[in-house]
Amino acid sequence: MADLQLKKVVKRFGAAEVIHGIDLEIADGEFVVFVGPSGCGKSTLLRMIAGLEEISDGEILIDGEVMNNVSAAKRGLSMVFQSYALYPHMSVRKNLAFGLETMKVPKAQINELVSNAAEILQINELLDRKPGQLSGGQRQRVAIGRAIVREPRIFLFDEPLSNLDAELRMQMRVEINRLHRRLGATMIFVTHDQVEAMTLADRMVVLRKGVVEQVGSPLDLYNHPANMFVAGFIGSPRMNFLKGRVGEVDGRQATLELDVGRKVQTTFAEPPRPGQPITLGVRPEDLIAAAPDEALLSGEAQITEQLGGETYVYISLSDGSMITVEIKGQAGVKAGERLDLAIADGKFHVFGEDEAVIHHG
Amino acid sequence: MNRRARKIGNQIFRHVVLSTAAVVMLFPLLWLIMSAFKPDSMIFSHPLALPEKLDFSAFVNGWTELRVSFTTFYKNSFIIAGLAVVGNLMACSLTAFAFARLKFWGRSVWFALMLGTLMLPYHVTLVPQYIMFLKLGWVGSYLPLIVPKFLAVDAFFIFLMVQFFRGIPREIDEAATMDGCGPWRIYWKIMLPLSTPVLATAAIFSFIWTYDDFLGPLIYLNDPRKFTVPLALRAFVDGSGGESLYGELFAMSTLSLVPVFIVFLAFQRLIIRGVALGALKR
Repeated sequence: MADLQLKKVVKRFGAAEVIHGIDLEIADGEFVVFVGPSGCGKSTLLRMIAGLEEISDGEILIDGEVMNNVSAAKRGLSMVFQSYALYPHMSVRKNLAFGLETMKVPKAQINELVSNAAEILQINELLDRKPGQLSGGQRQRVAIGRAIVREPRIFLFDEPLSNLDAELRMQMRVEINRLHRRLGATMIFVTHDQVEAMTLADRMVVLRKGVVEQVGSPLDLYNHPANMFVAGFIGSPRMNFLKGRVGEVDGRQATLELDVGRKVQTTFAEPPRPGQPITLGVRPEDLIAAAPDEALLSGEAQITEQLGGETYVYISLSDGSMITVEIKGQAGVKAGERLDLAIADGKFHVFGEDEAVIHHG
Repeated sequence: MNRRARKIGNQIFRHVVLSTAAVVMLFPLLWLIMSAFKPDSMIFSHPLALPEKLDFSAFVNGWTELRVSFTTFYKNSFIIAGLAVVGNLMACSLTAFAFARLKFWGRSVWFALMLGTLMLPYHVTLVPQYIMFLKLGWVGSYLPLIVPKFLAVDAFFIFLMVQFFRGIPREIDEAATMDGCGPWRIYWKIMLPLSTPVLATAAIFSFIWTYDDFLGPLIYLNDPRKFTVPLALRAFVDGSGGESLYGELFAMSTLSLVPVFIVFLAFQRLIIRGVALGALKR
């Protein structure tokens, strides 16, 4: 158990800088998820914390102690790899015990720690098998078990669920959540899957191209995205973006003129500049059916996806752009049908030219 | 019907060609074994005749015919070949591990240089090597035949092992690093156990090449009590015009093939087991 601090952490591979000075503090016992599209540097950042990649610049501190020149082995961290990376020639028991043997822990204590971990993960009956004889889910449990036995200061997970099928992934997600609550340990989890991130995290760190875009609780990020990237990345189906500009401004009151559809009135915290280009973002579930004369947008349904609990309708607007609408329950919308839509309770975000948010609804 | 006949004809032709090729290739070996069981007088007078009865006298006599018995020669050969195998496996795998996994200054240059030595014929370095060993006072002992093997001089095996190590997922090393292992422990506990196929291959070839080596022992050994089997075999043939013992030569030559076969069969199993182990890692 430990806290972690990153101070202006930079990673360069040759001339290419891939992590651009990241500052981050992770509290003791926190579950933090690094999320972002592939190539955003999240795995590299995790590997730097682990000690598997050198830190080109800046500092990483664990419990206030600078780790830059401490070897991976001595940092007291455990890591679960995407490919599990179990030792194929050792039994499950050996796989779990190997790290402890390396640390020269007494045999009796090793046995106790191993059976403890096996108990927690329900892999007791697998202890004498080789990794090759296990299913994907079982291997993942063993990999997590190998992390647990060492009682690390921080757990690191590098996309550990991406090799599992959907059902197993959900199951393991719940288990990792439970494990975090049971152990109360600091955990850092890397994923490109925002659903995984939302469900697991106390706090999410959204990364793009080696820069932290936003840090916050899942709902904070969902409700108050700092910019268009975060708004688009968090939430599924993704947020709809509609281009437009600021029309008349009257103090903090302003009219937004969308390229497609009617005008929207809203109150800004700071008065916007008239004529300023903006993007209006609205989540699919915040678009509701409206009477034709009150509708903000109208378009033609192209494709309907029935998920049972909800229905996604893909609608093409008059300028050819597509938006998504989420309707609760089983809506019988047919292709070609015209729909008139309004935004529920003024729930929309406005982004400026630089893609940063200027208004939350 | 015509087509069927042509097909059969084709098959017969193919079998005849293949059988002929097989006989041509196996003939010297078969002739060697056959001659070992014939009395000396028949070997060259009736070279193609089958032995009238199985005559083991050449084997019995040959074993002790020379001043030193073949028990000693085999012992010498096994010591040298055995140590060469041990030396090659240890030194080459360590070197290969360094090239495959460790980062050090000029790694790719050193690797290229090492591969370059593959092109160098043994005979080119023979004389300088001889002078060096002579100055060290090692000529006449087994040291010139054994010590270099512990210094990873067989670039071919290093290359083979580097390729194999590179195929082992790096995440396994990294997992071991997170488990607290240094390079040495990763090499010993992770890399070597996962590399049995390539180790077996290197062991087989090390053994066979050292056991079969004639030139090395010929140059460095001069005391018959230290001779290896190939050197001893030559002693049956008298180059100075005296009587050569061909029956004994063939009998002992036949026997000398046995260890090679055994080693191959024994280690071949390891190769297969190694491949099966490889299949376990996804």
